[in-house]
Parts: sequence; structure tokens; C-alpha cells
Amino acid sequence: MGAKKSNQNVVKFNRWGYIFLIPFFVTYIIFSFIPLCSTIYNSFFENYRSGLKQIGPNFIGINNYINLLGSPEIWKYLVNTLIMWIGGFIPQIVIALLLAYWFSDPSLRLKGQRFFKTVIYMPNLIMASAFSMLFFALFADSGPINQILMNIGVISEPFKFFQYVASSRILVMFMNFLMWFGNTTILLMAGMLGIDSSLYEAAQVDGATASQIFFKITMPILRPIFIYVLITSLIGGLQMFDVPQILTNGRGNPTDSLTTVIMLLNRYLTSKDVGRGGALSVFLFIVTGILSLIVFRMNSSEDNK
Amino acid sequence: MNNDTQARTHGVPVGVRRTIAYIVLIFFSVLCLIWFYILLINSTRSHAEMTRGFTLLPSTNLVNNWISLINGTIPIARGFINSIIVSVCTAVLTTYFSAMTAYAINTYRFKGRTAIATFILAIMMIPGQVTALGFLQLINRMGLDDSIIPLIIPAIASPVTYFYLKQYMESNLPLSLVEAARIDGSGEFRTFNTIILPLIKPAISVQMIFAFVGSWNNYFTPALILHTDTKKTLPVLIAQLRGADWLRFDMGQVYIMIAASIFPVIVIYLILSKYIVGGVSAGAVKG
Repeated sequence: MGAKKSNQNVVKFNRWGYIFLIPFFVTYIIFSFIPLCSTIYNSFFENYRSGLKQIGPNFIGINNYINLLGSPEIWKYLVNTLIMWIGGFIPQIVIALLLAYWFSDPSLRLKGQRFFKTVIYMPNLIMASAFSMLFFALFADSGPINQILMNIGVISEPFKFFQYVASSRILVMFMNFLMWFGNTTILLMAGMLGIDSSLYEAAQVDGATASQIFFKITMPILRPIFIYVLITSLIGGLQMFDVPQILTNGRGNPTDSLTTVIMLLNRYLTSKDVGRGGALSVFLFIVTGILSLIVFRMNSSEDNK
Repeated sequence: MNNDTQARTHGVPVGVRRTIAYIVLIFFSVLCLIWFYILLINSTRSHAEMTRGFTLLPSTNLVNNWISLINGTIPIARGFINSIIVSVCTAVLTTYFSAMTAYAINTYRFKGRTAIATFILAIMMIPGQVTALGFLQLINRMGLDDSIIPLIIPAIASPVTYFYLKQYMESNLPLSLVEAARIDGSGEFRTFNTIILPLIKPAISVQMIFAFVGSWNNYFTPALILHTDTKKTLPVLIAQLRGADWLRFDMGQVYIMIAASIFPVIVIYLILSKYIVGGVSAGAVKG
């Protein structure tokens, strides 16, 4: 009898679980779920402004998707985004691996680790729009970088960084690298510190070199974290917006080579092209959905171990 | 010692590797800091001084630049206040309600608990941009366009903060404590507010900093919602600098404005870096 009563009590308490979940779900449904549904709904309508005239909304089925995916525009912007992401990601993961390995290598016993970690993580917290503005000012034709380069005699007249596709893209890649390599270092390091140190000791006793230990022990064990970093970085990369938007004043110049997918979405949103914006949003939703499903699977398969 | 001799016989000596490590680390530290150094120097110099070339030493026009920025056409002081209101409210709402959500999933064994936990995990990675279109329409229909409210209220539902706090509770919150509070006659809501929240304070503070910084730096949504200059937050005002006629600007003002929006976060970060750097790995990597 007594057991049954306390059991009922627990059930009564457990109802509080639902009550405590109310704020989250009410907010989520209003500000994320309903917007998601209406975004999907809108993607099937023709609905935009042409000059002063409002076109639509007319139901046009999947025509927005056909137009979006059939035009070279979106693929060009997707390629732009991926190029700038990869250009930032490769140096980022290489440097992060190296630094994380050094930080967690017990035989190196590096001093001042806290200082270095603090410094390399800092750019991650900087306001991306202010950081872009800063880079735009620093690399401007009459900016300090050109002044310094001319002073030390590397160039005789200002180099117009923002007039060439390559130099503009490299600047974006470089900024992405700077903002994220510290973060990745810390993530990888957490993974490396989790490796059983007896493995290293055994390898050293067997006469393995530092590079053998790195490639034969550290790397294979790090693989899951590595994939996690790769995919979360890719999801983040697809959302690239602040830096190229502000560097190019939203135009993506030179020759639209800095325009990212989200910048295109931003153009649709500001020009109130609801139908095409909706189709693009759904496209991005599906792509990031697939990518996060991979991360999600990885996390849950780790749980089962 | 033993380690050192081992390494020396089988590859590059440890002393050499250590030196290389220090050189590379110093190089990347300089690479991270140099931009902020130039920014700091240039915010102390007048426009005329800057056209003459770059110097390594600061000048004396910091206050002048600041005064001309405050008296300029950009409502920077207003932007500061707006940014602080939005970021502080976001940080408080996000952490409080995420803790509540995490507490619900962590403590109670109700029907559908695992399904709900899985659902929140699944929506964690969905970027806000993909719902921005519907969000803007909703905001318009609610009459909240050009207001900072839609930048604050949605922060109540933050899957990432929830996830971190749930992880923390799983390993740091004994359920026996909740039982004890019940026996003492404490209501569930009171238990959460007066016993649980103080217990998870370390995790709450870390997440508060992240939420604050994230909101402080946010540009995409505010740029779409805020239209009146006096309602804009700092990132939107900064972007406006780029939009206007660049060459007509007093560069002293530009630099001091960038500095003013960057350095508050740097100062907070330097004071609290110990917790922040620890929080990055604890939250993001699922052990």
C-alpha cells in the first residue's frame, strides 16, 4: 500500500516536467516552428514586388524551386560559400591539430598555456561585423596595411585588396581562419586530453617517434571529434554572412564572387521576394538538416557505446 | 627525464620541438593580437595623422575622436544602450529558461521524456536564417517590426544552452537533493529557483557570457528588423558606416567606433577567460 502511494506521489511530481517545459515549447512553436511552416508554405507562391506593382501571391506549385535550382545564380553562390569556407577550414584544422597536439603533449610541458589559449580563442568572441569593418579599414587603399607595406618598400603604390577576386576571398578566408582556429584547437584538445596516457607511454617504450605517435594513435582516436568539427564547421560555413556582407557592402563584389548563399537570402528578404526567399530557405533547411542528422547520429551512437 | 632521453633517441629532440612550438605559438598569438593593436593605435590618432602614414606609437586624440563620434550623426550612445538592453535580457532569459527546460528533462520521468529530449537535440543545429522569412512575417503581423522585443523573447527557447546545462546537471546535480527538498515541503518551482539555480551557478554564468556575447555580436536578424536609427544595435550601426560614403568619413571616428564595440567584449573575456575557455570544450564536445 505504502509503496503504491509513494509511487503515485512520484507520478504527481513528474507532471511538473511538462509544466517546466511549457516556456521552451511555447516560445519555440511561436518563434521557430510557425515561421518554419509559413516559410515552407510561402515557397509555393509567387509573391514579390516589381517596381510599385505587387505580384501575387499566386500559387505556382514547385516553380520557385525549379527557378531557384535551375538558375546558375544559386550554384555560383554555393560554390563561393564553399570556396571561402574550405579556404578557412583547411588551415584552421591543420593549425588547430598542431597546437592542440602540442598543448596536450606531456613531454613538451609547454608553459603559458593559459595565456596562449586565451589569446587564440579571443577572435572568436569579436563582433564579426566590427571585425570586418576593421579589416576593411585596415586593408583599404589608403589604410595602414598599405602604408606599412609601402614604408618597408614591398610595394610602390597601394595594392587594391578589394578589387581582385583572389585577394578579397583570401581576406575572408583569413578572417574565418582567425575567428575559428582557437575554438577548434580547444575542441580538439579536449578530445586529445581524453586519450588514455598509457597508450602514449606504451608507444614510447616501443620506440615510436613523435610523428608516429601522432599519426598512429592520436589521429585515429580523434576521428569522431574530427568529423564533428568538420560538419559543424560546414554548417557554420553555409551560414557565412557577416564578413562578406560588410566587406563588400552587401554587393559581393568583385564580380559577385564574394556573395554567399545567406547574402542571397538576405537580398530576397530585404526586397520582400517572399516566394523565392522561401524556396531558398527550405533548400538550406534540407541541406543543414541532412548535415546535422549526421552529427546527431554520431552523438547518439556514442551514447550507446 | 626518462621521457626526454626516449624522445631524443627516436626522432627530433624534445628541446628543439619545444622551441618550435613556442615560436609557432607566439607567431599565432601575434597574428591574433596585431589587428587589435593597430585598432587601438589608430583610435588615438586624428584623421590627418592617419593619412600621413602608420606609426607604432599612440597619439593623443583618443578623447577628441570619442567626442566627435558622440556628437556625430550616428546615434552611437543610443546603439550602446540598445545593445546592452538586448544582450542582457537575452542572456538572462536564455539561461533561466534553458535551465528550467534542462531541469525538467533531467529530473522528472514523465511520458514522452526521451522523445522530447531527442527532439530538442534534433532542432539544435537548425540555423535561425532558414526560419527568418516566416519570422519576419510573424513579427510584422504582431506589430513588432522595428522593435527590440523580437530580438529578446525568442531567446527563451535556446536548444544549445539547454544542451550544455543538461549535460552539466547530469553529472553535477544529485537527484536526492530534490527528494530532500520535497520532504521538507518545498514546492517544485521553489526548489528550482532557490536550490537548483544556485547549485548550477558555474554553468549558468558560462552560458550567460556566451549568450551575452552572441547577442551583442548578432547582425543578421537585427539588420532585418530594426529600421529606425535610434533603435538599432551596434552591429547594425557599424555596418551602416560601410554603407555610407566611405571616403567622406573621419577615420578617427570609424576606428573609435569599432574599438568601442569590440573592447567591452574583450575586457569581459579577459576577466572571465578561465571559465570561458573551459566552457567551450565542456559544452560542445560530447564526451
